[in-house]
Amino acid sequence: MSDPKIEGFDLKPGFSGMAKDTASDQTMFKGVHWGKAMMWIFLLSDTFIFSCFLISYMKGRGSTMVEWPNASEVFGLHVFGVDVPLLLIAIMTFVLITSSGTMALAVKYGYERNKKMCGWLILATAIGGLTFVGMQAFEWSKLIHEGVRPWENPFGAPQFGSFFFMITGFHGTHVTFGVIFLFIYAYKTFAGHYDEGKRGWFTTMKGDYVEIEILGLYWHFVDLVWVFIFAFFYLW
Amino acid sequence: MSDEYENKTGYQAQSSESITSSSIGSGVATDIDYVRPAENAEQDLYHGHSFITKWIFCQDAKVIGVQYFLLATFTGVIGLVLSWLMRLQLGFPGAAGFMTAEHYYQFVTMHGMIMVVYFLTALFLGGFGNYLIPLMVGARDMVFPYLNMVSFWSFFVAVAVLLASFFVPGGPTGSGWTLYPPQAILEGTPGSGMGIILMCVSLILFVAGFTMGGLNYLITILQARTRGMTLMRMPLTVWGIFTATVLAMLAFPALLVGSLMMMLDKLLATSFFMPTILKAGEILEYGGGSPILFQHLFWFFGHPEVYIVALPAFGIVSDLISVHSRKNIFGYRMMVWAIVGIGALSFFVWAHHMYVSGMNPWFGFFFATTTLIIAVPTAMKVYNWILTLWRGNIRLNVVMLWCLGFIVTFVNGGITGIFLGNVSVDVPLSDTYFVVAHFHMVMGIAPLMVIMGAVYHWFPLVAGRFLNETLGKWHFWLTFLGAYSIYFPMHYLGFIGVPRRYFEMYDSPYMTSAVGMNEFISTAAFIVGAAQFILIFNIIKTLKTGKPAGHNPWQANSLEWLTPSVPPEHGNWGEKLPVVHRWPYDFSVPGSREDFITQTTPPSDVKDSKVEKT
Repeated sequence: MSDPKIEGFDLKPGFSGMAKDTASDQTMFKGVHWGKAMMWIFLLSDTFIFSCFLISYMKGRGSTMVEWPNASEVFGLHVFGVDVPLLLIAIMTFVLITSSGTMALAVKYGYERNKKMCGWLILATAIGGLTFVGMQAFEWSKLIHEGVRPWENPFGAPQFGSFFFMITGFHGTHVTFGVIFLFIYAYKTFAGHYDEGKRGWFTTMKGDYVEIEILGLYWHFVDLVWVFIFAFFYLW
Repeated sequence: MSDEYENKTGYQAQSSESITSSSIGSGVATDIDYVRPAENAEQDLYHGHSFITKWIFCQDAKVIGVQYFLLATFTGVIGLVLSWLMRLQLGFPGAAGFMTAEHYYQFVTMHGMIMVVYFLTALFLGGFGNYLIPLMVGARDMVFPYLNMVSFWSFFVAVAVLLASFFVPGGPTGSGWTLYPPQAILEGTPGSGMGIILMCVSLILFVAGFTMGGLNYLITILQARTRGMTLMRMPLTVWGIFTATVLAMLAFPALLVGSLMMMLDKLLATSFFMPTILKAGEILEYGGGSPILFQHLFWFFGHPEVYIVALPAFGIVSDLISVHSRKNIFGYRMMVWAIVGIGALSFFVWAHHMYVSGMNPWFGFFFATTTLIIAVPTAMKVYNWILTLWRGNIRLNVVMLWCLGFIVTFVNGGITGIFLGNVSVDVPLSDTYFVVAHFHMVMGIAPLMVIMGAVYHWFPLVAGRFLNETLGKWHFWLTFLGAYSIYFPMHYLGFIGVPRRYFEMYDSPYMTSAVGMNEFISTAAFIVGAAQFILIFNIIKTLKTGKPAGHNPWQANSLEWLTPSVPPEHGNWGEKLPVVHRWPYDFSVPGSREDFITQTTPPSDVKDSKVEKT
């Protein structure tokens, strides 16, 4: 690698060349929109939040003296006379992962300036997220109905209820905020704000289809976090 | 560390088609002055017109920086008054009639939390970060001005909630700034009702607000630098603030999670941190939680927090020393790597605050090792500051005095840190005044010295006038000698075993052996605190009658001094963004006309001098 206009700018192989190359450009991430870079770094920070939650959960589960409830019984559903373990949660996970797919397609159609497809796919994503939140509300009310509370539960260690409601609640809040923004973005797409670069309501920044990708990053992240929560709460 | 300026005569033949319109003029000049074209479009700025959009809900990073600075200073003054009250009680028990033991614990708690989070962090990152980052990297503003404004107002609400806890029933929390459960939320601890809840809410708001600001600082530094401003040409101030922000983005999540869980323990009676507790023969409703977990979460935030405060101070002091000793910073690249290295290491040392917590002793072994390793990059930095001063053309003005004061106090506090980093030395010294002396020296007084130096250094930029030197010297000497009078005897108090956080010494042997020393320390504390008002007086006086500073009054090189108007206006650079050709440390270059070469000076202007290749 070298820059023909700047003599002496030849990169050595290995770490020193990499450091020189990284340090010498005007931007760290070439051609990356500011908002997109910001979202990535925010997600890194958010990863630490969820990591702290999940590590605390492991520690709490390890340190309590009372037995931990059996996940396949607690989260099971009784349908058509059969007990099916993890049925609801399987559907929830499927819906959320599917909504990630529609989000990715929305980003693609957004960059193709296909306003209609993009808007409908964002709307589909939003409805997927809304379904997820709805099913989560159903699961919460079922557990609460069975007597599970943040401070106690009839199945075993009280920390089960505490961690379950806190962590799924925190994740559900993420999904809810995502859904709100998806609806706003769907409106903005249909109204053509991204095509004409209309300024935003609060930030007065010019609209651009890159915003959909940025929201998509957030949405995929929320899905990814769900995979971990799913593994730690329902499969462990 | 790339663009080299020499031996460029054969260049035109290489790629003449890519030489742009600036190639009119002598061939050699265009060649060696070449800087790559801009990668970013011109930033879209919102210019406020009304008073409210210009000064209150303002989107200009400079105004936000000043807002942060003033609000942080305001909370800092409250912290100072609290420390006065504490010292009054310790030095002259009973002199403050209204003060009970509960008040004392509350003051300790609020003093600690205010000074560490709401004063130092907000001041360095929110205040200096907002003001200096866009100017130093040559940007028009922060990249997300609106988010930046929301960041400040979140901080404002966080401070308001924190101060509101003084007025709720039971008062603010008195569990110590570390807020350790279980006692933080149990009855018997002052402020265990609304106090601790408001504290947690305030911290969560602070973290949310800081995240918005932090994203701004990081993206501005990574993506919005001006042409030619490579990472290795940034002033060390920017490097320090950058690394500290990275730490904050990764460490504050632990505080957020800890505060949230603590709040749930209090409000919903969950037992995240609460073990089974027997109180007056009765088992409380809590049970099965882990108090150590909170300590881990807290210190996973708490230790990087020390460096969140220290790294910007390291960066700023490097720039101040370089400018005022008219020499380039010794070992720039080593300084950068030391900052980054300290930042990385700071995530692996947190449990050295927990040697006496009852965790597995092997942990202590591991964390003592990592803690002592941090001494290596830190010592490198101290040597480099001293070597920067060595044979420099030192201007012994107030700024330089603060820098020298910083080096002395920092070395002092750092060495006691090595004591405390060893498990076997820490165990007997733990919870004595030795610890108080150590952390006040290293992360209280030392960063404060830098803040003061930075205020005297950059005030001519912010206000366009010099602060008064004579008042500044009074301020410095009273603070420096006074701070030593406070904290140096505290090491001795620690050695004889005086425990920290005690309201009074009751009937202990310390009552006799430490009483004179406590009186002395308290008297010094009153004087040092009062001396800070010299600065406030100085600022008010200067705004009215100070000597006008004009452009670049310190003959510095970095971009913030090269704005078309002083103080800089919104948008910073007028018509055209500056183009950077070198690092900001070209002082006293042999063969150059003046003893400084600004970052924007093109190489063709200094052909005859022996500039560093940066």
